[in-house]
Amino acid sequence: MSSVHVEKMTKYYGAVHALDGLDLDVAAGTVYGFLGPNGAGKTTTLRILTGLARPTSGSAQVAGVDVLHAGNSLPPKIGHLPEEPAFYPWMNPVEFLDYLGQLYGLSASSRKSRTKELLELVRMEDVSKRRIGGFSRGMRQRLGVAAALIHHPEVLFLDEPASALDPAGRKEVLDLIENLRGQATVVMSTHILADVERVCDVVGIIARGKMVVQSRREELLERYAVPAFEVEADDRPALAKWGEDLKRLPWVTTVTSQNGTLRIIVKDVKIAKTALLAGAVVAGLVLNRYEEIRPSLEDVFLQLVGSESIS
Amino acid sequence: MNFFTVFRKEMLEQVRTYRFLIVAAVLVIFGLTSPALAKFTPEMLKAIPGVPGNIQTLFPTPTVVDAVGQYVKNMVQFGVLLALLMTMGVVVQEKERGTAAFFLTRPVSRVTFLLAKYAAMAVAFIASILIAALGCWYYTYLLFEPLAWEPYLALNGLILIDFLVYMSLSLLCSTIARSNGIAVGLAFVSLIIVGGIGALPSIGDYFPGHLISWGASLVLKGNITAWPALWISLGVIFAALAAACLIFRRQEV
Repeated sequence: MSSVHVEKMTKYYGAVHALDGLDLDVAAGTVYGFLGPNGAGKTTTLRILTGLARPTSGSAQVAGVDVLHAGNSLPPKIGHLPEEPAFYPWMNPVEFLDYLGQLYGLSASSRKSRTKELLELVRMEDVSKRRIGGFSRGMRQRLGVAAALIHHPEVLFLDEPASALDPAGRKEVLDLIENLRGQATVVMSTHILADVERVCDVVGIIARGKMVVQSRREELLERYAVPAFEVEADDRPALAKWGEDLKRLPWVTTVTSQNGTLRIIVKDVKIAKTALLAGAVVAGLVLNRYEEIRPSLEDVFLQLVGSESIS
Repeated sequence: MNFFTVFRKEMLEQVRTYRFLIVAAVLVIFGLTSPALAKFTPEMLKAIPGVPGNIQTLFPTPTVVDAVGQYVKNMVQFGVLLALLMTMGVVVQEKERGTAAFFLTRPVSRVTFLLAKYAAMAVAFIASILIAALGCWYYTYLLFEPLAWEPYLALNGLILIDFLVYMSLSLLCSTIARSNGIAVGLAFVSLIIVGGIGALPSIGDYFPGHLISWGASLVLKGNITAWPALWISLGVIFAALAAACLIFRRQEV
C-alpha cells in the first residue's frame, strides 16, 4: 500500500520547469531516500506534498489524502522538517513543543510527557528552558526533528535532516530515522549519499523534475553494479605486466592501473573469481589486497545523472 | 481551527517581544500628557526667557476643548503610525524567516494564522487606548472638568476604528508583499492614500479620519456626524481582511 503517491506532477515557474511529469510512489512503512542534483525538484516536491505549494498539474496523495484538496485533513497525518527549520526566537524548546502539541490537540499531560520524551531523544534536556534565538543550526535541526515527531505522524518528510549536525548528532538522527522504520513512512531528501545508503530502504533519484529511477536500494546497487575487481601489490612492474596480459583475455573488458592498484572490469564475474587469483599466483605476485568491488550509491548516482553536483 | 491557541501565542509574542509595551507606552504617554500640555503650554511659553510678557494675551485661557483637542491630535498622529508600524511586518517577516512555512504544515489554517495576528494586535491597541483614555480622563478632570463618559467612550471607540482601518490595510500589505521593504512601502502608500484623500474637503467626510471629528464633536457637544465614514471604515476593515485571507490562501510560502 502506498503512503505517498505522485502522478505526472508538473510545477512551472514561468519558463522554468521545476517538476516535469514526476511520478513517485512510496510504500507504507519504508524509509525513502530522495536524491537529485541541484535544482532537480526535490524541495519543490516536498513543498507540494506538505501543502506549502501547488503543482501546475498532476495529482498527489499522502496517507490517503488528496494533497490538492486536503484542507485541514493533511497536517495531522504528516510531519515536516524543512531544510532550515525556523522557530520563534523568543520561545524556549519546552514552550515550543507544548505549543505544537496544543495545535495537534494533545492533552496537557500528553504534551508534557511527549515534550520530555522528545527533548531526551534529541539530547536537548539541558537547554529546554533556553531561548531558541540563541541556538546553533545543529540545535535548531535537532529541535526541528523533535517538532516533526510530536504527534506521531504517519508520514514524515525530512529535507536534509542531518546536514547541519556534527557526527554524533548525525548518527543519533539517523538512528532515530532507522527506529521509525515500520512505524512511519519517512521521505528523506539529502545530499549525503552515505546517509541514504545507511538508512533508506528505497531510493528515488530525480533529475530535471523527472524521476530517473526508483528502486529498492539493494536492487539498485545490483542493477547498476559494475563487475569490477581491484588488486594491489608492491611489485609494480610485475603488476603492470600482469595487467597487460589480462587485457588479452576474452572475459576481461578493461584494465586500468593507478598507484600500485589494478582495476579490472570483467565480462564474466564467475570466471574472473576463479581465474584472477590463480593468474596472480602464476605471475608471481604477492598481493596486498584482492577485492570484488561493490558499487556505492554515489557510483550509481553519477552513472544516472552524470557528474552534476548534488544537493 | 485552533484560533484561540494561535491567538494566545500571538498575545504572548506581543508581550515577549515588547510590542505590547511599546504600543501601550506610546499611547499612554500621550493620553496622560495631553491635558497637561493643553493646560500648561501657555505657562511654559511665558516662562521662556526673552518671550514678551504679554504673550499670554495671544493664548486664550485653556479649556477642556483644548485638552480633548490635544488628546485627539496626539492619539491619532502617533496611533496611526504605530498601527502601521506594528502590523506591516507581522506576515512578511514570518514568510522571510520561514516560520510561516514551518507552521502552515501544522493544523493551522491560513485564515487562522492571519486573523489571530490581527486580533492580537487589536487587543493590544484596545488595552492601550483604554489605559490612555482613563489617564486622559483623570487628568482632564484634575486640570479642567470631568468629561461625560458616554461620548468620551464613543470618541475612543471611533479612534480605535480609525486604527483598525490602518491595521487591516497594513496587514493586507504585509500579506501581499514578498519582502519587508515592499510591505513598508505599500503600508505607507496606503497611509498617504487614506490619510491624504481623507484630508480633502467633502470627499474626506467618507474617510476614516472623519470619525475623529465626529468623536471630538460628541465629547464637545458639537453637531458633526459621520455615519457614512463609519460604515465605509468597517467595510474597509472587512474587505482588507477578506482580501488578505483570500490572497494568503492561494499564496505559496
